[in-house]
Amino acid sequence: MGRAILLDKVNIPGIRAFEVYREHGGYKPAGKALLGMTPAQVQQEVIKSGLRGRGGAGFPTGLKWSFLDRKSDKPRYLVCNADESEPGTFKDRYLMEKLPHLLIEGLILSSYALGVKTCYIYIRGEFKYLVGILETAIHEAKKNNYLGEKILGTDFSLEIYVHPGAGAYICGEETALLESLEGKRGNPRIKPPFPAYKGLYDCPTVVNNVETLATVTSIISMGGDAYSKLGIGKSTGTKLMSACGNINKPGVYEIEMGLPVEDFIYSEEYCGGIKNDRMLKAVIPGGSSVPILPADLILNTAKGQPRLLTYESLAEGEFISGSMLGSGGFIVFDENACIVRNTWNLTRFYRHESCGQCSPCREGTGWMEKILYRIEHGQGRMSDIDLLVRIAKNIEGNTICPLGDAAAWPVASAIRHFRKEFEEHIK
Amino acid sequence: MNTGNSVNHHLFVRENKAVSFSDETLEKVRSLIRRYPEGRQKSALLPVLHIAQEELGGFLSVDTMDYVASLLNLNPIEVYEVATFYSMFYLDKMGKYVLEVCHTGPCAICGGEDVLQHIRDYLHIETGETTPDGMFTLKEVECLGACGNGPVMQVNTEFYEHMTARQVEKVIEDLRQKQGEEGTSKGWAEQFS
Ligand SMILES: Cc1cc2nc3c(=O)[nH]c(=O)nc-3n(C[C@H](O)[C@H](O)[C@H](O)COP(=O)(O)O)c2cc1C
Ligand code: SF4
Ligand code: FES
Repeated sequence: MGRAILLDKVNIPGIRAFEVYREHGGYKPAGKALLGMTPAQVQQEVIKSGLRGRGGAGFPTGLKWSFLDRKSDKPRYLVCNADESEPGTFKDRYLMEKLPHLLIEGLILSSYALGVKTCYIYIRGEFKYLVGILETAIHEAKKNNYLGEKILGTDFSLEIYVHPGAGAYICGEETALLESLEGKRGNPRIKPPFPAYKGLYDCPTVVNNVETLATVTSIISMGGDAYSKLGIGKSTGTKLMSACGNINKPGVYEIEMGLPVEDFIYSEEYCGGIKNDRMLKAVIPGGSSVPILPADLILNTAKGQPRLLTYESLAEGEFISGSMLGSGGFIVFDENACIVRNTWNLTRFYRHESCGQCSPCREGTGWMEKILYRIEHGQGRMSDIDLLVRIAKNIEGNTICPLGDAAAWPVASAIRHFRKEFEEHIK
Repeated sequence: MNTGNSVNHHLFVRENKAVSFSDETLEKVRSLIRRYPEGRQKSALLPVLHIAQEELGGFLSVDTMDYVASLLNLNPIEVYEVATFYSMFYLDKMGKYVLEVCHTGPCAICGGEDVLQHIRDYLHIETGETTPDGMFTLKEVECLGACGNGPVMQVNTEFYEHMTARQVEKVIEDLRQKQGEEGTSKGWAEQFS
C-alpha cells in the first residue's frame, strides 16, 4: 500500500530548490490552474477529492472553503497552520523541510480558489530554521513570477509571509492562532463567529493545516476524481503518519488510507516492529490528545475486524473501544512502558499548555496532574481513580476550546483500558 | 504560560539601560511591520520580540520590552502580557547557552528522562538554574515537534536529536570549546527575506 503522492519527489537531490522542483513537474499544477481553470473549478476539484483536514479534526476541506464569506467586501485571508505542537506529531516539519515548494504551490492554488491576496504561514517558533527555508522558497517563487503581482500574467496577485509563534501549544487551535497572529496572547475565541466570517483582523479567513494545503497541489495535479479513488470510503487519499516511541524505525511515512494498523507497526516498510523484540502494549494513534488503545484493540476492533488507518476504522467503537486518526501522530508503547507515568506526563503537558481562560480546564488539568503525580509516586488512594474519571468528565465539553477535551480523553481512556495498572500503583 | 506551580519572587528585570537595535535590524523591523495591514503593526510583535531577545542581551528586560513597545507604537502592557504568555521568551538573565530538554511523553519513553538527569548531574544544576560560570542554563520544555528523533533538546533554538548521556556530554564540551565564537546558524533577523 506504500503510495507516494505528497512525498513522490522527496528523495530527489536538491528538491528544496525552485529549479529542481520545477524540473520535476513542480509548479505545473499552478500553471494549469491559473491559466486554465476558474477559482470555482479549483475548489470543485478539492470538493471532489474528498480531502479532509489533516490538522486533527478531519473536517472536509472543500466544505470548509464553501463557508467562507464571499459577500463581505473586506479582504480575505488564508492562514496555514504550521504550529505542529501536538506530542507525537512531526509530519509538517518534515514536509516543510524537504518540500517547501510543494506547500508554497498549495498555498498559491488554495489562495486562487478562495480569492485571497495575502496568506500567512503561522509556524511554531521552535522551527526557527524552517522560517528561513520557507522564506527562501517564497523568494524564489516570487522571482519566477509565481508570487507577487499579476502571477503568470494573470490578474491574480498574492503575497505569502512566514510568521513565527513563540512556544505555546494552544496557538495551534485556530482562533488562538489568529489572536497570536494579531500580536496578542494565544487565548482561543468563543465561537461563533467562525473564522470564515470573522477571522484574522475580523475578516473572512480560512485556516488549514500544512499537509492539507500541500495536498491541494497533488489534487490539482492528478484531478479530484483520481485522488478520491485512493483510500477507502470517506477516508480518501494518503496521509502522513509520524511514528515514534518504542519501534525500530521511527519516522514520517506516507500511507494510503486503509492500510491495516498491524502492517503499519510490523512491516519493514514502516515502523519495522517493536524495538528490542518486545511485545506491543499500547498505541496512541493520532497525537497525544486521542484515546490510548491497548494492543488487542489497536490491532482489531472490538468486533474482531482488523483496525485500519482510516478516520472511520480508528474511531470504530467510539470512546468505549476506539480512538481517532487525529493528526497521525502514532505513539507506540512496548510492554515495559508505564501507562500511569505516561498519563501523568501528558497531563502535565496539558496543565502547562492550558491558556487558563476556563476554570474546568485550568483547574481540572492542574488537579488531575497532582493526583496522577501522587499515584505515580506511591502516594495514591483507591478513590483517586474514580476521582480522576469524574474530573475528566467535568472538563469534557465544558470549555471554550477543545484543549479541555484533549486533556480529559487521555486520562479517561488510560483508566478505562489500564485500570489494573493504576490500582497496582496504589496498592 | 506561567500557570505552573512555581512562584517567582519577581517577574521582570529592569536594568535602566538604554537599548536599541542596529540600523540594519531597524530596517528589518520596518519591513516586518509592512507585512501586515496598515494599523496592524502589533502583528509584528512576536517576530520583533524574537529578534530583540536574541540581539539585546538574551532575555527580555523591561528596558527591551519598553523599547519594542515604542517601535510598534504599543502600550508597554501589551508587550508585557505577550512576553509572559509564550515559553520561548525569557524574562530573566540566561546562561550563554540555554539547554532546553524535551520532557514530554514520546521523548520520555525513549530515554529522555535519563538524558535530563544526566545533564543535571554533569552540570551540577537543577532545572531552571544556570552554571556559576554563566555558560549553561537548563530548562525543561514540552514537545519540540521532533519526537521521532528523541530524546530531543534545543540549544539556543538549534535542534540536537537522538541524545544519549554520552552525546549530551559531547555537546556540552563542544559548546565550551567554541566559547566566544559565534554560532554558524542564522539569527532571527536573517531568517526573514
Ligand atoms: C489545542 C489544539 C491544538 C491544535 N494544534 C494544531 C496544530 O498544531 N496544527 C494544526 O494544523 N491544527 C491544530 N489544531 C486544529 C486547528 O484548530 C484547526 O482545526 C486546523 O488547523 C484546521 O486545519 P485542517 O482543516 O486543514 O485540519 C489544534 C486544535 C486544538 C484544539
Ligand atoms: S479549554 Fe483550556 S486552553 Fe481552551 S480556552 Fe479554555 S482554558 Fe484555554
Ligand atoms: S515529545 Fe520530545 S519532541 Fe515531541
